[in-house]
This record gives sequence, structure tokens and C-alpha cells, in this order.
Amino acid sequence: MHVGIIFFLVILGSVLFHIFTPWYWTDVASNWGGMDDTITLTFWIGGGVFIAVCLFMVYCVFKFSYKKERKAEYKPEDKKLEKILTWATTIGVAALLAPGLIIWNQYVNVPKNAIEIDVMAWQWGWQYRLPGEDGKLGTTKVVNINDNNPFGINLDDPFGNDDVMIQSDVINLENNRPVKILLRSVDVLHNWYVPQFRAKMDAVPGIVTYYWFEPNKTGEFEVLCAEYCGVGHYAMRGGVEVQDKQDYDNWLQQQETFSDLIAKQKILENEKTKLAKK
Amino acid sequence: MSEDFNDNKTIQAQSSEAISGGGSGIASDADYVRPAEVADQDLYHGHSFITKWIFCQDAKVIGVQYFLLATFTGIIGLILSWLMRLQLGFPELVPFMTAEHYYQFVTMHGMIMVVYFLTALFLGGFGNYLIPLMVGARDMVFPYLNMVSFWSFFVAVGVLLASFFVPGGPTGSGWTLYPPQAILEGTPGSGWGIMLMCISLILFVAGFTMGGLNYLITVLQARTRGMTLMRMPLTVWGIFTATVLAMLAFPALLVGALMMSLDNVLGTSFFMPTILKAGEVLEYGGGSPILFQHLFWFFGHPEVYIVALPAFGIISDLISVHARKNIFGYRMMVWAIVGIGALSFFVWAHHMYVSGMNPWFGFFFATTTLIIAVPTAMKVYNWILTLWRGNIRLNTVMLWCLGFIVTFVNGGITGIFLGNVSVDVPLSDTYFVIAHFHMVMGIAPLMVIMGAVYHWFPLVAGRFLDEKLGKWHFWLTFLGAYSIYFPMHYLGFIGVPRRYFEMYDSPYITSAVGMNEFISLAAFIVGAAQFILIYNIIKTLKTGKPAGHNPWQACSLEWLTPSVPPEHGNWGDRLPTVHRWAYDFSVPGAKEDFITQTTPPSEVAHTKVEKT
Repeated sequence: MHVGIIFFLVILGSVLFHIFTPWYWTDVASNWGGMDDTITLTFWIGGGVFIAVCLFMVYCVFKFSYKKERKAEYKPEDKKLEKILTWATTIGVAALLAPGLIIWNQYVNVPKNAIEIDVMAWQWGWQYRLPGEDGKLGTTKVVNINDNNPFGINLDDPFGNDDVMIQSDVINLENNRPVKILLRSVDVLHNWYVPQFRAKMDAVPGIVTYYWFEPNKTGEFEVLCAEYCGVGHYAMRGGVEVQDKQDYDNWLQQQETFSDLIAKQKILENEKTKLAKK
Repeated sequence: MSEDFNDNKTIQAQSSEAISGGGSGIASDADYVRPAEVADQDLYHGHSFITKWIFCQDAKVIGVQYFLLATFTGIIGLILSWLMRLQLGFPELVPFMTAEHYYQFVTMHGMIMVVYFLTALFLGGFGNYLIPLMVGARDMVFPYLNMVSFWSFFVAVGVLLASFFVPGGPTGSGWTLYPPQAILEGTPGSGWGIMLMCISLILFVAGFTMGGLNYLITVLQARTRGMTLMRMPLTVWGIFTATVLAMLAFPALLVGALMMSLDNVLGTSFFMPTILKAGEVLEYGGGSPILFQHLFWFFGHPEVYIVALPAFGIISDLISVHARKNIFGYRMMVWAIVGIGALSFFVWAHHMYVSGMNPWFGFFFATTTLIIAVPTAMKVYNWILTLWRGNIRLNTVMLWCLGFIVTFVNGGITGIFLGNVSVDVPLSDTYFVIAHFHMVMGIAPLMVIMGAVYHWFPLVAGRFLDEKLGKWHFWLTFLGAYSIYFPMHYLGFIGVPRRYFEMYDSPYITSAVGMNEFISLAAFIVGAAQFILIYNIIKTLKTGKPAGHNPWQACSLEWLTPSVPPEHGNWGDRLPTVHRWAYDFSVPGAKEDFITQTTPPSEVAHTKVEKT
């Protein structure tokens, strides 16, 4: 008797926990609300199956627990029942898979008007680069990286000169404008993840990976590294600030381009050599 | 010996005529079992303590050896999990806990539990003990190789544990051992630690291959007369299929470990692209980190089923015996095991949706992954339909079975979240994943192991385990483990990433401090509860209630040995002859509520047996 009751309470407790939990989604701040909806759908269908199976089990425990005089039913197979269950499950699974694939199709197809952002990861931090007025990022190579050229931009690539270098681990984004995050890493795997945006992708050394989203809430968000990258993994944080167009444009104006940076470095070096000559 | 078999047949034919009286011709036809194709062979019998108990060739002793060593390793894994939970629930309470240590504990806990505990215990432990007994063989077909298999495992465990004592300590690269980080400074144990891990895995795979060949060939070639494949208990089907998977999957791990060792020691670049470290470009170039992930998960996903399939098989048998009812839809169960096994090789990249592999793969792997849910769900339905209209003994064994159903269904359904590619995006690399896989391949298989221990202990030791202690053990473990992992899913929803040594003060994370404390407390209790079993075993080995022959009134062969516990060679003078499947419980018209596999049809001619 008490066995059935305890199992019943476990199921009931699970449902109540789900309904009253204070721990649930942060408010979604991007276009990926559809992921939340698919999760909700999965909760309804999957949760329904969980409750049904467990309650049936509890019922069996109450109804069919051992009695010496009773004999269990002898019925090795029931083809009809098995067929019904197979088809019902297949339909349920297909109903979950369909929205999942539809959203994935959106996830892998980046809108044409998305701004590209180069996110470069290293142990343990983030750097950002935006394309300049030509709208294109300059090509890069890991071996080019040095203090003067933190992204390793190929110096003979004309697209690189006007690239905007963000001198901070916080990147600003324009609200309601899709961004394509291009991920690079110079050492190990990382993953640029903002829980409120839902989206994520690993940064893999040697290749450039991508994903996209469209922020739709202004405010500051924390960036976490979501792929284990060594002892500093948990401390590898950054930030995102989503702004309206005007604020964003103001912010963008204040950033330096790659050619600015090189010019500045040259002046510094010239001064140094002058000092040395004197 | 072959003459013996002929005699045997004659005797049975005569006796059946005597019993069934009229229509004796039909009865003896029904009792006919094809003669053996090869003569019975004698085994090597140990004659000293060392050959009987240490370097032993008896599969039953080897099974127990595997069981004990896997359990010992598992207890180390358990202690590591306590240390991790101390840090997560009560940071700064443990003064020596640095991030390095934390990540080393995470890694060793994961690897130990998956490979050295669960895999070794299900296949090496239960496989060795049960396969020969359940198929009616005298031993595994290659007893010497079987012995070497265990001792390779022993050395593998030794090498693994040795890494705690080398400079830099064990590897802290996460149990997935992803390069480049696994072999670069910045990850603890990137020199000695990862090297010993790779060596230990290679030894494990080598040893496991020796054992695996034994399980496969014993099942295929050494079944006793009448034991057709479709009469085998599902335990054997589960272990058999899992071994096929292991034979195909482990080589990928072996190759991965070998290639990474070469990258580490000789400076090759299989997995290493151009890397900038502390301002210097390392002497690597052109390798692919994702290649390792493919190799790892080509092993890693079947590995989940290497653990799960034996668990599926065992739980089917336990439920059937203790519900006094045949397993519902046996053929469906067999094909589901085989089907899941085959499909498990086409789903590996669902661990890699956000790994940076070509995202178009997502469509394929999400589809295959959700297809696997169908045969898995059928198995669940058949378990509960076996309970339906059964005559359920609510003993400790059945409690573990019920606990398994709840945790497995729970973990299976969260698997549908993670398998469904775009749903995986927000949840991957969060605590949702940790909760999911602990529920489905940690706690659920553990429930099966425990159920199996309480079920087969009377066979192995000849005495029952104490039921009262068993019930305490079950309720503490089940309720405790459920309250660890059920709420943990919700940490994943708020976005807490896994493998974080410390959470700092992100606002949505600090709201979960209380939950983390609660989970840690539950983890300490669940861990401690496992020592109840150890106490129970020690206590009942000498003083437990004697079990006698076939104490659970089961049908399968392992309970029908002439002596309990079975002796070397299992069957005395004469191998058993099988006439039916292992699930003839509660047959209408039968005197008792079970008909053993060796009962010839003529003895139960008056019953309504449907399937044999």
C-alpha cells in the first residue's frame, strides 16, 4: 500500500514542482522564442507521457500486488495493442520533431541583412571586431597575431583596414537588427553564450563557426563561456549591451578602426625611435 | 559424451510417454530436442588458491572479480562526486579545493562511472556470471582469455588511479577529453595525467575485447540443446547486443586515445590546428579538433546503450519474475534491443549540435535520434504492461524495478528535449544535460544493478540479502537521487552552464544557491546510503537466510543448477535441455505459477502453454 502512495507522491511532487518552480527561463531577449515554445510543447507531450506511464505503474502496484490465491494473466503478446502503441508514439515523436527541425532551419540560414561580428576567444577572454564601412571583415591568420594586430588581420587585405576594433570585453548590439556571430578561437574550444538569447555555438580553433540571432530587448547581458576550456572556464565572462539605433550609432562612432590603431602604433614607435636617437 | 546425450533423449522420451499416457507418439515428438553437434568438453579446473580465486578461469569467479573491482572504482567515483558537491553547494568550506582539483574530480568521476564502473559491471560482472548459466554452457568458450580480460581491466584501473600520484595529477579535461585543451597547459594534468588516461583506456579496450569475444561466441556457439536464440532470457539479449556495440564502438575510442597521445608526445597534429598560447605560436598545424569529437562520440553514444541495453534486459527479467507474469511482447522486446543497438550508431553527432560541425548535419541526427525514441518507448510500455494483471511481489527487487521505470522514463523524456536539435541549443552545456544523463544513464542503470544484486545474490552466495535493510537502501537511494536530479533540470533552464567551478554573482544564478545546497545534502545522503548495501552483504554472507534452489520460482536456467551456488562447470554431469522460453509464468492449468525452461512439453501437456 505505502509503496504505491510514495510513488504517487513522487509524481505529484514533480508536477507541483514544475508548476510552482521559481527557477525557470530568464526572459527571452532575442528572436529565438520559438525554442522556448518547442520546449513548452515537449513538456506537454513528454510530461503527459511521463505522468501517464507512472500513474499506470502506480495503479498496477495498487491493483495487482501479490495475493496468494490470484494468478497473473497469461498473455505473451497482443499484436493489436503493440501496433497501436507504436503508431501513437511515432506520431507523438513526429509532432515534436517537426517544430524542432523548422526552427533549426531558421537557425542555420542567416538573414541577408545580418551584421557580421567577429568574436575571437582565447584562454580566457573575448575580443570583438566589426566590419567597417565596406561591410566586410578583413581576412585573418593566427600567426599574424601580435600586440599591434590582436586579431591577426592580413595586412595586405584591403578589407581589413577599416575593421572596427572593440577595445573591451563588452560588445554593443543594435536592437532589432540581426547579427551573425562569427566565432574564432586561437587556442582551445570556447562557446559564446548569452542565456537570454538562447543561441550558442562552439568556437573551434582552426575554423570559423557561426550562428545568428536578433536581439529584441535593450539592456545589459552577461556572456558566459559554455564549452569547457580549462581552469579559467568558469571565469571567462564578457558582456553585451543591446541599444537602440541612435545610442548604438553613437557608440560605434567612438570605436577605433584597424588603420587608426596602426597609425597610433606608428606614431608611438616613431616617438620611441626619436627618443632613442636623442 | 555424445552417447550420453542420446541416452538422455531416450530417457526423456520414455518418461514423457509414461506421463502423458495416450498419444504418446505426439508427446515424444514434442519433447524431441535436436542432439548436440559437438561433444561436451572438460574444463581446466583450478587446484590451488591462486588458480581458483585469483588467476581464475571460471567465468563466475571472473564475474565476481569484475563486480568487486568495478564497485571499488565506483566508490572512488562516488567520493569524487561528494567533493564536487561540497564545492558546488558549500564553496569555500573545503580549503584545499582549487579549480584545478575540481576539474580533475569532475573528469575522473565521469570517466570512472561511465567506463570503469557501469560498463565493467554490466558486461564484465553480470555478463560473465550470467551468460554461461543462462544459456546452459559450462563456462565461457575461451576461459583463459576471459581471465586475461579481467587482469587487463585490473591493470587499466591501476594505471587510471596511478594518475592521482603523478606530477600535475590526473587529467582535468572533462570526461570527453576534448583536444586541444586536454593536452595544453591551462588544463590540469595536460602532461602525465592525460597520457595515463589514454593508456588506461587503451588497456581497458584491449581487455574488454577479450571479454567481449567470449560473450559473443559463447552466446552464438555454446548454447545448450534447445536454447534457440528466441528462447534466451532478455538479459542475455541485452548483454549480447551491448557487446556487439562495444566491439564496434570501442575501437573509435582507442584510435582517438592513440592519436591524441601521438599529438601529445610526438607532436603530431591530428587534432591540433595552429595554436597561439601565451603569445607564442605552437608547433602544431592543420589538425581538426572536431575530428576527435566525432571519434569520441562514435564511441560515446553507443556507450550509452552499452550500459542501457544490459540494463533493459536485466530489468525485463526481474519484472517478469517478480510480477509472476511473462514479459509482455517478448519478440518486440528482442527486436527493440537489436533495433536500438543498430540505430545507436547513427545518432552520435547529437552530442555535437553546437560543436561547430556543419550545422546541416543537425537535421539528420535529430531525426535518427527521435526515431530511437520509438523502440525505447515500446520497451517502457511492455514493462508496465508486464505489471498489468500480474501478481506483483512488492519485495526489494521489485522496488528497484519500479524506481527504474520512473527514473528511466523521466530521463528518456528529457532526452527528447536534447535530441531535438533546436531545443538542444539553449540547453546544451547546461545543468539540464547533467540532470538528463545522470537520470537516464546514471540512476536508472544503478536501479537495475541494485535490483539485480538483490535478485541474484541468493544464487551467488546461497543466501538472501536482508529485506529490511534493502528497503531502507532503496528508499533513501531512490528518493534521494530523484530529489538531486529532478530539480537540477531547472538549473539548466535558467541557463547555469556545466563545468563551472564557481558561479560568481550572475543574478539568475544566485537565485539557485539554496537549490545547490539542497542538492548537495541529498547527494551526501544518497552516497552514504550505498554503504547500507555493503553492510547488508557482509552481514548476510554468513548469517543470511539460506536461499536453496530457485528461491524466486524463476523459469530461467541459472536457477536450475544442481548445486547452489553453482560449482565450476555449472551443470554437474549432464547439460540441461531446454524446451521453452524463460517466461512461462502463471500458465493456466499449471500446478505452480511457473514452468522452468527444462520442463518438457509432455509434463505440462494439460496446460495452455501458448509459446515455447
